[in-house]
Amino acid sequence: MALTDTQIERYSRHIILKEVGAKGQKKLLNAKVLIIGAGGLGAPAAMYLAAAGVGTIGIVDADDVELSNLQRQIIHSTEDVGKPKVKSAKETMERMNPDVKVNTYHMFVDASNIRELIREYDFIIDGTDNFPAKFLINDACVLEKKPFSHAGIIRFQGQLMTYVPGEGPCYRCVFQDPPPKDAVPTCKQAGVIGAMGGVIGSLQAMEAVKYIIGKGDLLTGYLLTFDALKMEFRKVKLPSNTHNCAVCGDHPTITEPIDYELNVCEDKI
Amino acid sequence: MYITVAGNGKEVKKGLTLPELIELEQVEMPDYVTISVNDVFIDADKRADTVLKDGDTVEFLYFMGGGC
Repeated sequence: MALTDTQIERYSRHIILKEVGAKGQKKLLNAKVLIIGAGGLGAPAAMYLAAAGVGTIGIVDADDVELSNLQRQIIHSTEDVGKPKVKSAKETMERMNPDVKVNTYHMFVDASNIRELIREYDFIIDGTDNFPAKFLINDACVLEKKPFSHAGIIRFQGQLMTYVPGEGPCYRCVFQDPPPKDAVPTCKQAGVIGAMGGVIGSLQAMEAVKYIIGKGDLLTGYLLTFDALKMEFRKVKLPSNTHNCAVCGDHPTITEPIDYELNVCEDKI
Repeated sequence: MYITVAGNGKEVKKGLTLPELIELEQVEMPDYVTISVNDVFIDADKRADTVLKDGDTVEFLYFMGGGC
């Protein structure tokens, strides 16, 4: 389908890029991205993808907006407190760009629903706040052969990696199993600087856009780490000796997603 | 001998083991840190036996669970 005059104007700064052009913009308009978690990472990722004209954006979150979210979750505003995060996120995205169809999923992901949920999407963004969900998303994406962006943020630090089936290690290759409950601090316990979600969540949106338009190098086989206090990014090469990985290795022992004990980043004060 | 740890070069004693480096670098919660040496993951049960060599590159990869 041809771009309308309004779309040509709206996306003109994309279309002028040789890597995007009208062709790339149409790919974006036809793309489907699922964002799991409408929080610190999911908020900026969703907003940039909506602004970019990603045609279908799914957003998953079981929580309601709380006052303590607003220091960083910029898709929600003061008047949204008490509202389901997916509803607030949908309203913001639709205000930003009427080209975008937003599907909302007001629920937690678990082993029973994750595979079906991700199946209809082209790219998945993990914006969750706990290890059980991160391993669940990784395993489901490996099993369903879906590309996804992992990210984590805490204090003044962030990390990011991209999994594309057959093109490098998965999250479980790097971190074999979730840490025991309370072994690694959550954001509530340790805090997080608000703009960290903006930096890392925007990079997740960037990876999704690059994957959709098929340009540039993705963070496959690398873990990007960001230390805001030192203002230092590092692109750490990940080993390729991952044939023993329990989910993506040569002889996988995980053939279905697993529900680990939940240790969420409780945001209530 | 000279090794590179998390991107920073440093002079260390010859025959330094991975557990000694973990202590030297004051790695927090080392049980939950993934370690690679020269782009190869080191299994947790192989750490104690891993002796570093001149020119080795070591990376510590930390769990980061937040997204909230």
